[in-house]
Amino acid sequence: MSGAELGLAVSVFLACAVEAVEALTIVLAVGATRSWSSALSGVGAAGLVLCAAVAALGPALTALPIDVLRLLVGGLLLTFGLQWLRKAILRAAGLKALKHEDEEFEAQRRAAQTAARGGARIDGYSFALSFKGVLLEGLEVVFIVLTFGANQHRIGLAAIAAAAAVILVALAGVAARAPLTRVPENAMKFAVGVMLTAFGTFWGAEGAGASWPGSDAALLAIVPAVALLSLAFVAALRRAGAPASAPASEATSTALGAHAAAAAHTAAVPQPHPQPTLSTATIEEL
Amino acid sequence: MSRLRAVALAIWSFVVGDDWRTALGVALALALTAIVASLGVAAWWTMPVAVPLLLWLSLRRAVRD
Repeated sequence: MSGAELGLAVSVFLACAVEAVEALTIVLAVGATRSWSSALSGVGAAGLVLCAAVAALGPALTALPIDVLRLLVGGLLLTFGLQWLRKAILRAAGLKALKHEDEEFEAQRRAAQTAARGGARIDGYSFALSFKGVLLEGLEVVFIVLTFGANQHRIGLAAIAAAAAVILVALAGVAARAPLTRVPENAMKFAVGVMLTAFGTFWGAEGAGASWPGSDAALLAIVPAVALLSLAFVAALRRAGAPASAPASEATSTALGAHAAAAAHTAAVPQPHPQPTLSTATIEEL
Repeated sequence: MSRLRAVALAIWSFVVGDDWRTALGVALALALTAIVASLGVAAWWTMPVAVPLLLWLSLRRAVRD
């Protein structure tokens, strides 16, 4: 293998690994929090669509309006992500009931039994998120193979490098699946909200015509920035509702406005399932 | 007709969720990004400004409700 071919293979491998990691992040997040079977069905469906598109269009695929796809997928992910984050932040701040995981497990068990009797059920949300993420990133992998490979007339070598990257990342995903199931549900939901919001911000802006400084590396700044922002909102809401800090009527000068105190008071009213108190709702419960 | 309406409602519920103002805000922020980018000016900063604002407004509405 010549130096140019090695350079091509390494470049394609790294570029495709980045795209595969982005898709894997979405699939793992959705699978771990909602439905593995539906998330993996979305992956399979996206794979089939990609294969069909490649078989039908071949190199003409590069003419697809990838920015329009990025804009649509990014906008949807951002909309979903902001709603997940809002609920996760409210739960972490004690303003919304934490899900009781034993009850949730029992409900899931009953639902699974029902599904087993009535046929498998697909969670459309998990399916759609996985499908869109894998289709978008898969198209980007195809573009990389076609553009890099065509430049050096070595599309075959580029395809092998891309396949190696995707397989390696998929194996890493399989290895990460078991540890993920041990993460508390609300922590996972918080993380999913952060990921969806960060990826939605990134893809949406790219699709709208913006160029991120550092290209894909910008995600390394966007993800922690969204996480820190969300934690700051949790802290602000907790301060607003802290029972020892002030009576409810005095907690009006908070970051989130005059009604935070009233909501915090409402959250403190005994509920059928006890609300997590502000002192016990630790950061680990995020 | 009622089936069409049900499909439309399902799509609306799936895409927009329970906070239509946030969905509208996302659309407006992306449109603003496209406009700024079309002017030939760096546009990457618009979403990092818009997203915290949208999240803050969404949380504020949730706390009030």
